[in-house]
Amino acid sequence: MSMTKLPGWRELPEGAVVRDVGNTETIDVSGWRVFKPVIIDEKCTRCRLCWIYCPDGAILEVVDEKARMGKRYEVDYMHCKGCGICWRECPVNAIEWVPEER
Amino acid sequence: MPRLALTTNYAVAHAAKDSDVDVVAAYPITPSTPAAEKLAEFVANGEMDAEYIHVESEHSAASALVGASATGARAFTVTASQGLIYMSEVLYIASGLRLPMVLGVASRALSAPLSIWGDMHDIASLRDAGLMIYFVSSAQEAYDTVIQAFKVAEDPRVHLPAIVDYDGFVLSHVTEPVETIEREEVLKYIPKSITWNVLNPKKPISIGTVGDPDYYYEFKYQQQVAMENALKVAEEADREFERMFGRGYGIIEPYRMDDAEIAMIAYGAHAGTARVAVDKAREKGIKVGLVRLRLWRPFPSEQLKKLLEGISVVGVLDRAMALGGPLQGPVALDVGTLIATRMPDVRLVSFTIGIGQRDVRVEDLVRVAEMLDEISKGKEIPMKTIPIGLRE
Repeated sequence: MSMTKLPGWRELPEGAVVRDVGNTETIDVSGWRVFKPVIIDEKCTRCRLCWIYCPDGAILEVVDEKARMGKRYEVDYMHCKGCGICWRECPVNAIEWVPEER
Repeated sequence: MPRLALTTNYAVAHAAKDSDVDVVAAYPITPSTPAAEKLAEFVANGEMDAEYIHVESEHSAASALVGASATGARAFTVTASQGLIYMSEVLYIASGLRLPMVLGVASRALSAPLSIWGDMHDIASLRDAGLMIYFVSSAQEAYDTVIQAFKVAEDPRVHLPAIVDYDGFVLSHVTEPVETIEREEVLKYIPKSITWNVLNPKKPISIGTVGDPDYYYEFKYQQQVAMENALKVAEEADREFERMFGRGYGIIEPYRMDDAEIAMIAYGAHAGTARVAVDKAREKGIKVGLVRLRLWRPFPSEQLKKLLEGISVVGVLDRAMALGGPLQGPVALDVGTLIATRMPDVRLVSFTIGIGQRDVRVEDLVRVAEMLDEISKGKEIPMKTIPIGLRE
């Protein structure tokens, strides 16, 4: 439940349409997670499979000259729902599956 | 105004054609099939400039109409019975998305046992789906009501789908003279104007969204408010139709109610039978009147209350059975609620008639009037629905 005051029935758009399309980026879905993926950069071979398989685009490919092969991978924890696909697909076990503790 | 000999099925198809419907998606089912065929014929021979989508089921027909209506098209279909209940999942959605499509329903019994014959179990199952439900009593009224239904459904105060229900066979297959209206004239009454939320690539929106516990309730309440508005809008639409084309019905129609002491409430084709029965009962000295319900959803409580002022006993003639309910008549349950909350001095008797197209004869309904008369004179009121025409 949100802490902010929600709009009343008169204020909401008819038919539950969403007019500000593309608003997914601003929505925090981290609360869906029970486990979270944690990338171990030393083990990562830069194969990119996690980035390809993530259904939510929550694996970020970060260009970084100081990193091995000029890039590294990070989890966008605001948009990661904790589905575990990256963890399952990683061929070198470079992703750990860690319980969420709040 | 051309005067044609039309079955109610054909009258409904003509009304869709004359309303300049843009998209038809239909799957044939008795007894509505001739309406679907007529629409296909109109499109095939160029009399109707519409997309006719040949679907594989009624579920798909309703889904195609949701899509069509969501692009701003004027969308229409016909169905009945199993087809209507197969559509029902999607019809709840059409209402929740606030899409103003119109359906003609040639009401028929539901299986099992299998029955292709008429009654109103199909439409009764959609009572709470959030669609407006009209009952008509003639081919002419069916024609006029499809046009009126578009007017009300597309009104910005409403934006709800609407059903025009006509009795299977008793109306759907009976030929009557029907005055049709030229398309240009119809379009002066229902000009094409997209006032609801539609999909447009230039102004993108998302539809079919999730309503979580923080939001769902508010959207359902909006639908209820739209239903309440629809009552007034339907009355306005009927009056405007009468002004323009000379035929009006009201949303509830009294017959010999002015000096009546007891009343029958009926809907659909059998309201005509009840009219004759009222005349016969009057000849026997029974002061009975008739209220014909033309709009079931939204329910015209105020209008009905006004008509029932001073009535001691009211009998509701229902063509469907709400199995296991406190009474079996679906409309009787509504009238019972009105009476319980607003008119405690009126007594209610529930009857079922014409189930699975059991014949409803004038003398059956004269007998109903006599029973109501006996109750008004002190006979004990039956606590159960009285099944007219049932074999013991």
